[in-house]
Amino acid sequence: MNIHEYQAKELLARHGVNVPSGQSCKSIEEAEQAARNLFDAGQTMVVIKSQIHAGGRGKGTFKSGFKGGVHLCKSVEDTVEKAKSMLGEVLVTKQTGPDGREVKTLLVASAEKIVKELYLAVLLDRNSSRPMVMASTEGGMDIEEVAEKTPEKIVKETVDPSMGLLPYQARKIAAALELPSGLIGQAAKLLMGVYQTFWKCDASMVEINPLCIVENVDGSQGIAAVDAKISLDDNALYRHKDIMEMRDLGEEAPLEIEAGKYDLNYIKLDGNIACLVNGAGLAMATMDIIKHFGGDPANFLDVGGGATREQVTAAFRIILSDPNVKGILVNIFGGIMQCDVIAEGVVAAAKETNLSIPLVVRLEGNNVEIGKKILNDSGLQLISGDTMADAAQKIVAAV
Amino acid sequence: MAILVTPETKVLVQGITGGFGGRHAKLSLDYGSQIVAGVTPGKGGQKFEDKVPVFDTVHQAVAETGATTSAIFVPPPFAADAILEGVDAGLDLVVCITEGIPVNDMVKVKRALQGSKTRLIGPNCPGIVTPGEGEGSSGGCRIGIAPGYIHKKGNIGVVSRSGTLTYEAVWQLTCRGVGQSTCVGIGGDPVNGTSHLDVIKMFNDDPDTHGIIMIGEIGGSAEEEAAAWIRDNCKKPVAGFIAGTTAPPGRRMGHAGAIVSGGKGTAEAKIAAFREAGIQVAETPSEMADVLLKVM
Repeated sequence: MNIHEYQAKELLARHGVNVPSGQSCKSIEEAEQAARNLFDAGQTMVVIKSQIHAGGRGKGTFKSGFKGGVHLCKSVEDTVEKAKSMLGEVLVTKQTGPDGREVKTLLVASAEKIVKELYLAVLLDRNSSRPMVMASTEGGMDIEEVAEKTPEKIVKETVDPSMGLLPYQARKIAAALELPSGLIGQAAKLLMGVYQTFWKCDASMVEINPLCIVENVDGSQGIAAVDAKISLDDNALYRHKDIMEMRDLGEEAPLEIEAGKYDLNYIKLDGNIACLVNGAGLAMATMDIIKHFGGDPANFLDVGGGATREQVTAAFRIILSDPNVKGILVNIFGGIMQCDVIAEGVVAAAKETNLSIPLVVRLEGNNVEIGKKILNDSGLQLISGDTMADAAQKIVAAV
Repeated sequence: MAILVTPETKVLVQGITGGFGGRHAKLSLDYGSQIVAGVTPGKGGQKFEDKVPVFDTVHQAVAETGATTSAIFVPPPFAADAILEGVDAGLDLVVCITEGIPVNDMVKVKRALQGSKTRLIGPNCPGIVTPGEGEGSSGGCRIGIAPGYIHKKGNIGVVSRSGTLTYEAVWQLTCRGVGQSTCVGIGGDPVNGTSHLDVIKMFNDDPDTHGIIMIGEIGGSAEEEAAAWIRDNCKKPVAGFIAGTTAPPGRRMGHAGAIVSGGKGTAEAKIAAFREAGIQVAETPSEMADVLLKVM
């Protein structure tokens, strides 16, 4: 699950990480009040940031033509003006796709005086099966580019999960970031806080880009997390009810939300051949084989091992709600799931949804003969496939 | 010989009194597996299917029955603890079927496994099957949820992250009259107990395994790691298939570990690694068996 920048900063602040003062705003009035609070407290500049689950906001453009999803504001009035052009408008960035995302929340925060931009992340290192802290002097950039062009500028430190991030490790990373000696202590404390956020919240990734050396009003320097991105481990959400409440349904595809209600694993793609499969690996392979024979998969859909007739019908309904879909491939290897149960589900679903597009069904496994008979006797217009390859070729030809 | 489990292996089932665990414990019993005990805290003293004794703890079950292997069908919030209990009881093998365990729990489990003699397979896996000589390959050892009847006793080793793709490969082999030594599902999670390479090394050393089918998918670098070792060390022919060439980046495709992150873990990279290592690549799942048999 993803959360917004302002929510990520909230979680980080709870674990002692220094983040710029700011407030999330869902209305112009709130934005005005937030700006007033900051300017009254002595800020000379405020930043207003669109809150969407996608990057590239600064360089994005609103559909209205207004340029930039992030702006500096010199006064309360300036903040209000900018807020009016952003709130409720659709922002298109390199990461949102051409449809963009509606900006329903703004983050109004103090604009830090940035001396240097750094990069910091905590994520799972799959090679060692341990959490890993990744840091770089090259902040404010695409880290994948840095990894490709100048990998030596990225430092990595794995963490023993039975000990957590140790203070000396945090200091080691701070030194590798070429921080002045006077900032090592502060930086180490921030690093420990970022790790704690990752570990305690069961995050998949915590990314601070940029992590900044900032100049305070009194001329001294500090370290702050100027931007933050956190994604949470879906498997652990059950034990984080407060974080679950941060879920923003507006950032998820409606069909995927619907599928979740039936415990169906569904991901919408752009093609026109829908698939319904049992098992994630088989479901991925089914998308692949459709492409292999010249078709274009419309979705990933894993009904799981214990799919009921209700789930199969729900799956059909969801698939058919996608206007791009021109054909359906059902690919089931019935292990513990019986082929006759699936066949009954498919027949019921096809009848209930008045299916009028080509349907290819490939059944294999337990009770396959009974399953095939149910399909043949159904009176439905459907095509049978023998092997996966045969079924895929047939649906591609039919569409 | 097979690897990891034989028809004689004594198995206990953690979670045997639950619906899911019970259903598959029964299927394993019907298949001829030696299910000698069940463990469900609070239900000690009961009998499963009128014959399998249920205990409160794994230690008790092991002491009373000599079980060496556990199948775990325990819900996600309690599964990591169940694995650790099995390790603490000194089991040789723990096979965790559970899907949905928090990643950090498995990070802790893996850390705790260091230095122990217990091998963990999974989690989020279909289990292991060493087929027997009876009707529908019964008389073998079936741990987990795979359909027993699709197997046949023979000499091909199968290792896979995906359950249903394993069944595809196994069934293709069986339909061609070619049997399997052992079929191992290592599971779809990003942190697991046993990798492709771990299993392939075992197959390489097993006199009864003459060829190997390896099934992978997007996410991580386990397939690349295995391919590099195979290139330099494997004495037996290997065929492989990688699922997820059409998966969009950054999305978790069902399996928690099936995700292309930061450009890493793509199907293309894994397929290239396979080719570079001399592993025969099946372009579609329908060809997995044929691709292997051509080089045997």
